[in-house]
Parts: sequence; structure tokens; C-alpha cells
Amino acid sequence: MRRRLFKNLVNAPCTEPVASAAHQTPDALGEALRGAVARRLGRSLQIREVDAGSCNGCELEIHALSNAFYDIERFGVRFVASPRHADLLLVTGPVTLNMREALERTYAATPAPKWVVAVGDCGAGCGVFEGSYACVGAVAQVVPVDLVIRGCPPTPAQLLQGLLWLLSQGDHAARKRPR
Amino acid sequence: MLRALFAELSPLATHRGWPRVAVDADTWRAIGEALREGKLDLLAEWGDAGAVHCALYEPATRGVQIATIAAHEGRAPSLAVFHAPASRLERALADLYGIEVVGLPDQRAWLDHGRWPVRAPLAAQPRPASASASPAYRFLEAQGPGLHQVPVGPVHAGIIEPGHFRFTASGETVVRLEERLGYTHKGIEKSIVGRSVNDAARLAARVSGDSTVAYSFAFARAIEAALDSSPPPRALWLRAVMAELERIANHLGDIGAICNDASFAMLHAECGILRERTLRACARAFGHRLMMDRIVPGGVTTDLTADGEKEIGALCTRLTREFPELIELYDNTASLQDRTVGTGIVSTRLAAAFAAPGYVGRASSRLFDARVHLPYPPYDVAPLEIAVRHEGDVDARVWVRILEVQRSVLWLQSALGALPGGPVRLALPAATAESTESTAVVEGFRGDILTYVRIGAGQLIERCHLRDPSWLSWPLLEAAIEGNILADFPLCNKSFNCSYSGHDL
Ligand code: SF4
Repeated sequence: MRRRLFKNLVNAPCTEPVASAAHQTPDALGEALRGAVARRLGRSLQIREVDAGSCNGCELEIHALSNAFYDIERFGVRFVASPRHADLLLVTGPVTLNMREALERTYAATPAPKWVVAVGDCGAGCGVFEGSYACVGAVAQVVPVDLVIRGCPPTPAQLLQGLLWLLSQGDHAARKRPR
Repeated sequence: MLRALFAELSPLATHRGWPRVAVDADTWRAIGEALREGKLDLLAEWGDAGAVHCALYEPATRGVQIATIAAHEGRAPSLAVFHAPASRLERALADLYGIEVVGLPDQRAWLDHGRWPVRAPLAAQPRPASASASPAYRFLEAQGPGLHQVPVGPVHAGIIEPGHFRFTASGETVVRLEERLGYTHKGIEKSIVGRSVNDAARLAARVSGDSTVAYSFAFARAIEAALDSSPPPRALWLRAVMAELERIANHLGDIGAICNDASFAMLHAECGILRERTLRACARAFGHRLMMDRIVPGGVTTDLTADGEKEIGALCTRLTREFPELIELYDNTASLQDRTVGTGIVSTRLAAAFAAPGYVGRASSRLFDARVHLPYPPYDVAPLEIAVRHEGDVDARVWVRILEVQRSVLWLQSALGALPGGPVRLALPAATAESTESTAVVEGFRGDILTYVRIGAGQLIERCHLRDPSWLSWPLLEAAIEGNILADFPLCNKSFNCSYSGHDL
């Protein structure tokens, strides 16, 4: 193990360097994300992921946000285990009828201020599952959605870009909101 | 055994490939007894309009047989009375078709949580659901002094799919685990009816996102067999290249995640890097990180360029260089071994009885891998060596994955040099007047995926059943955790990595 650790110490990190061209690479996106998070939440965004019926493809890419290439935690963004600790719900899937109540209750358990991001073509609309007796459909039909990140599944880079967009908008909206 | 049971019956002409026969109640009962005695494996059991099918596999002869019993007046006899692994399959088909499965010991609904607007959605005439609230689900009881229950889910703590686990524990020790699934039921088998082959393929590719290649592969094979067509040779090879890449990516993710659940974050990070590199190679070679919708009936949609071939070759070289170091790290870290060795054991007997799929079965001595035992092109001419362990614990399931990653890499390296040229997609033959059907089995990373399709006039899907391997491994997780401590559940669960979406469909 020591050998491996040493190697990692001397080798270049695989976390990609910040490219100067903004909004091109995941890192440039992430760097900008940090600014937005910092303004709104003081460099700490806690995300609770909720699978409301997805095929699991979206989950795989959300998972990838935590790997060494994207390393979302360095921007102060963390995935948490409970909605009670969360600022933002990242919801995937066409919401199934069997998951509807669980999603509503997760939303209710999340303290305000809170945002909801619907992920994937399924979360955005209903994707290929449109018209099924077992699906409610888009996440927005069950809880208020602040942002939609499309894709089937969206790539980790697209997910980062989406979160950034939301946070800059969220900042704007918050200023208008009466205290 | 298959011969003794079915030699007298003539197979139906509409079913291509493995034979399908119509049987009476006596033969159905004999099937149940053969399953109970372990002479046959139950691969699948599913409903249809006025009928119930089962797919059987005989290990001794490597034969596959499909048997169908008519449901007279909406009633069909149960196989689960004889063979417990059929229980959830029969509960599901009762939910979807409204068929009363006579003798089924567990009559509770399975996929139907009482929240759909209809009952028996796949039946010819679905019934509207009654307005009254459905009764609460009755979990099985465990009684004794000091027992307490721990309900978990459907929303879980990690970035994972939803399902409910009801633990009964005595102190730290799990006395009983009962799973309740069906939360991600999307009604795919109903949506797919009446679709064109290409639309249906998009649905089949989204049954379980982590196995999208394997599902598309299985669906395409079933369609092609039903239509008596065969894709160009290059497409066959490219399909397998994608399937092995998918297997490598998922196994790498699993190995890392299992170590992470034993709090060994370093291997999680290292495996995550290799997984990401694999996905990026897939994206560059086939244009999509998960290679979704790349396999379609008739061939594949994306040809592999010389550059793409180089990408995969470079990935294989890197894996050959870097993966052994990680294996060594896994094997030589005592604190990690302490968690995985001897944890969550699945007995050889149970693995055999449940026809345990994939690494769950192969870690418990079950010698079955569809690529080897029911070989399909190109594995029929380019075989792989099956990876088997006997301990049946978390460690054995990790090792089966490690071996499979290595063998898939070797397979890819030799395949890349031998890819045939030519086109990668052919048009499917024109529609036939009467309906034709077929069944295909493909080995996904999680185990064997069985697909049954029937195509009718205008090449529209009449019935399509997609059986995820998780149907057979979920019940074994309940057995594996018994007597272990609650804190080891995440570890056991990850070592199974059953699919929720694939199961709930
Ligand atoms: S958007 Fe695509 S990947 Fe995501 S859940 Fe839907 S089908 Fe799966």
C-alpha cells in the first residue's frame, strides 16, 4: 500500500487542470460553481440524491461526479445521506406512482431554503416511459423544480454545468425573495 | 430430465430457437417436482394472455426448454409450491395479468403497491383499481424476546436505487431481512406492447441503465431469432466488445464500492479512476459513455474506427498494467480482508436451487455463465474461461469480479486483432403474416438476462418479457445476511449489487 501511496504522491493527479477557456472542461465549470455556492451558501452545498424511478443510468453518472477526475467535493459540494442535511435534491427518473409519496416526503423533510434539480430526460419529461400506467412523469409534476438537466443520461460534465447555472439563478432569485 | 418430460410433446412451430411446448397440469406438476429435486434450473416464469410460461435449463445436458400452461378461467397452478424461487415471479405475474396462481403459498401482491389506476395492467381487460385504500403490506413476522425492527428505505442513504428493507435484529445480529421491491416499476412490459421493433429496442435498453448493452444485446438476439435473420459478422463481434467493456466498467465500480463500504476509500478512488477511463474509452470508441442504443436488432449503430480500436487497446494495456497492483492491495490489506472474508455467505445448495446468476452463483460454486454454457456468437468461436470460487462470501464475489475483469481484458485484446470487416447493420426481413417468437439469453455483468419476444403483424411487439438476473439473486441476499451484523449489510448488499430497476421493470 505504501508503494502505491508514494506513487500517487509523486505522479501528477488525474484531476484535470482548470482550463482557461471557461465552461469548456468540467474543471472550469466547477471553479465557477464554487463562486456561486460561496455567494449563496458560504462554500457548502449539500446534495441529497433521490432516485424516483430511474433506470439507474443517471445514478451512474451522478456517482462519477465524486471520482478523481471531477472531484466535486473540492468545490464544497457534498452528497449527504439525509434530506434533513440537504440544500438541494437531485431527483432522477420518471417519477413512478410507487415512488411518488416517498419523493413528496423527502421534499417535505428537506429544510428551506431548498432547490430541486430534475436530472435526465426522464426527470425532465417522462423520457421513453411516457404514457405508462405506472408513471406520474416529470419530477415537476410532484415537487417544484428549479432546474432541469437533460440527457440520457447527462454526462458528469453536463451535470456540473447545470448545477452552476442553477446557483447563479438561485442567487438572483434569493435577493428578490422577502426576508 | 428435459427429454423425459418433453420428448413426447411437439414444439410449437411459431417459436424459433429453443423449443416451446404447451403442457397440461400433470406435466406442469412434474416440472415443479424436477425443480424441487434440483434436476432442472428455473430460468424464468412469466405471464401472457391466458397463459403462464416457464423457461427451464438442464445443467447436465445444457438444454433449454420453454413450457406453457394455459390459464383456464384465469387460474393456473403454481410452481412455487414445489420450488420457492418461483414465488416472486408468480406474485409478479399475478399482479400484472390478474391470473390466480393456485397453490402459491405467498399471496401478497409484489409489484402492485395499490397505487396504479388499474389492476392487472397487462390483462386483456385491466380492471380499474378500487378507490378504497389498499391494505398495508404485511411483513413476515419474527418473534422472540428483545427483537426489534429496523425499516430502511425506499429512499436510501447513498446514490442508489429505491427499495425497502425490513430488518428484524437481536441486538446487532440480523435475525431476518425481508425485501420489498417494486418502487421503480415503470410498466415497461406494457409500454413495449404494440411498438415497432426500433422503438421497443429503446425501451429494452432502459430496463437497467448499468446493463444497457446487455439488454440491447439480448433483445436484439431474440428479435433476430424470431425473424430468422442474422446480423453481419462484424456487428456480432462489436456487440461482444461492448458487452465486455460494460462488464469491466461495472465490475471495477463494484470492487471499489465494496471496499468503500468496508471504509477503505483508497481502493474506491483507484477503481473509480479506472472505471472513468473505461467509460471515456467507450465514449470515444462508440460515442456514448454507457454505449446506450448502440446495439439494435439487425446489427449495431456505430462502427468501430481504427482510432476507436486504438483507444480500447490502450485501455486494455493500462488495465493490464495497473489493475494487478490494486488486486495486490486488496489481497494484502488485513483490515479489509477482515470485513470481506466469511461475511454474507451464500451456501452452494441455495445458489444451485435459485439458479443464482452471475458472480453470486459463481462465487458459490455454481458453474454457469451464459457465454460458456449457452454460447452465442461470437463466444461460440471465441470462448472465455469461466471464473468460479467456492467460499460464497463477499470476498469470493469480489474475486469472481477480479478474475472476470482480467479475462475480459484478455478477451478484448485477442478480439481486437481478429475483428471481421464488412457492414455492421442489415435491414430486418419484412413482416410475416403470422406472429413469430423467440427466447434469448445473454450474460450481462450481473448474470444471465433472459428475453422472450413475440412479434405480430406489421412487426409490432405482441409480448416481450425481460427477466433481470436480480430476480434470482435478491432472495439470496435475504439468506446471506442472516446471522451477520447489521453494519455488514451495506457490504453484503454491494457485493450482490442487485438491480432495482431491472427487477421492478
Ligand atoms: S434519462 Fe435515461 S439514463 Fe436517466 S433514468 Fe431516464 S432512461 Fe435512464
